[in-house]
Amino acid sequence: MSGPSTYEPKTPFTRWLDARLPIVRLGWDSFVDFPTPRNLNYWWTFGGILAVFLMIQIITGIVLAMHYVPHVDYAFDSVERIRRDVNYGWLIQAMHANGASFMFLAVYIHMFRGLYYGSYKQPRELLWILGVVIYILMMAAAFMGYVLPWGQMSYWGAMVITNLIGALPLVGDAIREWLWGGFSVGNATLNRFFSLHYLIPFVIAGVVILHIWALHVPGNGNPDGVEVKGKGDTLPFHPYYTVKDAFAIVVFLILFAGFVFFAPNVLGHADNFIEADPLITPAHIVPEWYLLPFYAILRAVPDKLGGVLLMFGAIGVLFVLPWLDTSKVRSMRYRPLARWFFVFFVIICLLLGWCGAENPDDLVFKLGYDAAGNETGFSFLWLARIGTAYYFAYFLIILPLLGFIEKPKERPASIEAAVLGDAAPKPAE
Amino acid sequence: MTKAAAQADHAAEPTRRDFIHIATGGMAVIGGALVLWPFIDQMNPAADTLALASIRIDISPIAEGQEITVMWRGGPVFIRHRSEREIEAARAEALEALPDRLARNDNLPDNAPATDENRSAASIEGGSAAFLIMRGNCTHLGCVPLKEAGDYHGWYCPCHGSHYDTSGRIRRGPAPENLSVPPLRFVTETEVQIG
Repeated sequence: MSGPSTYEPKTPFTRWLDARLPIVRLGWDSFVDFPTPRNLNYWWTFGGILAVFLMIQIITGIVLAMHYVPHVDYAFDSVERIRRDVNYGWLIQAMHANGASFMFLAVYIHMFRGLYYGSYKQPRELLWILGVVIYILMMAAAFMGYVLPWGQMSYWGAMVITNLIGALPLVGDAIREWLWGGFSVGNATLNRFFSLHYLIPFVIAGVVILHIWALHVPGNGNPDGVEVKGKGDTLPFHPYYTVKDAFAIVVFLILFAGFVFFAPNVLGHADNFIEADPLITPAHIVPEWYLLPFYAILRAVPDKLGGVLLMFGAIGVLFVLPWLDTSKVRSMRYRPLARWFFVFFVIICLLLGWCGAENPDDLVFKLGYDAAGNETGFSFLWLARIGTAYYFAYFLIILPLLGFIEKPKERPASIEAAVLGDAAPKPAE
Repeated sequence: MTKAAAQADHAAEPTRRDFIHIATGGMAVIGGALVLWPFIDQMNPAADTLALASIRIDISPIAEGQEITVMWRGGPVFIRHRSEREIEAARAEALEALPDRLARNDNLPDNAPATDENRSAASIEGGSAAFLIMRGNCTHLGCVPLKEAGDYHGWYCPCHGSHYDTSGRIRRGPAPENLSVPPLRFVTETEVQIG
């Protein structure tokens, strides 16, 4: 899709530079004159939003590291000092903590966009896989970042997650001790998590460059799922999509600012305002909201190793998704059956998140009383089990089979025809 | 035939340059692996962490029915002075009723059965059956179980609902193993060394 470069240096300096390091040409071809499908909707703006939030996280993070002390005796107090005493620390800390949540909100919308419009399909398999890699790195960064304030939820979250690795047969205990750098979550653990938490965002930035590179070879997908065929199908990225992206970014930032200024702690957990205590476990350990569906899948299985494998499998299945979906039709706009299974899949993901936040033995609704007079009914454990079954069935059974069963609707001949309808110029035949 | 012959012919005559290529590549791989190891091993517990691995506790002030929690290797260790009734309840259990039939006692062989005698301090020279000393992290995901709670009146883990009996053995719930007994030594009749 990226054709010959249209960049023409106009000044003597840019001509001199272009012959030595064509960096302006690279930017021009990638973000100014880049031909982009003319039918992209607002679901396509979340990539740009994510790029902005990655920068927000890196900048606020670098600043916070100037004041934070990665030591078990000082970490908690240093975060409180940032929030109370450091100039504008309250703002920067709130931006960083809420920024993580908003980055996950954006990445989930971005991923559901990809699932609905078939963005993972040939020839964009590698683009999708690089996205899954970024997502995993984001989860690693978020997990380690959550440990740094060294509150009760930080400590026990780290304890539970590192103990998951201990479930691996034979090597589990050795790997766990290696991760801890001791015999429990402690100072060594906090130190290395801080080091890695600082590193990972830059690794993400590197993979993002690969992600954009892999995007710019086949070019953007689009809501109609038909490939770009001619000049009438595209618009230059600038000003059409720079402006559209900028508008979406501003709207998203308004929502973000609402949280930062008016509700900076609602996405956090009260227990994390208690300093970590290795001898007392909080009554109810929950991860941050963006990891809740996976936590529900983990607890849906009575077996420790089985739960761990299923949880990692829930992410791992995304890697092979391009080869599981057998349908030739890219966009679910033209897949009358698949779109309903997709809607149900989104609902299930939200329900799994709800299950992750609740005690598995609590009841979603009660049906009656047992002989001992206890309430009986449908528990969150069973809701999580049904949700987990559908989550895997969607990828492993429904998408592979639908390609054979479903009769897709007629697709437009081109993007231009999809946008303009009858007004589109007829192909010269 | 001719192609195979040509390959055999080629394979039969490695040049001096082939040898140098393979030897250089091989050395680079071995060298890389050797350099990698220190960067992996640095994350394992450091010498001072390992050196801090034992503590001594005076258990004489712990009255019958009382339990204390001490910090050892960064985590909790329960020391419980059990009542007669607790000991009897633990001994009355048939081994077949246990999900985990191994003692999980660092002072005994790995295959020792999970009898109460093998779990209490009676398994250590100088110790009595009244004392139960074990690591206080649930074998499921590491939370600290609550004492005198659960269906077996031993310990109960609030995180994911594991029930332990008065011998610290798992009875019900997702935890796979009994709470383990750390390496113990009675220095005097009333002073125990953990680790």
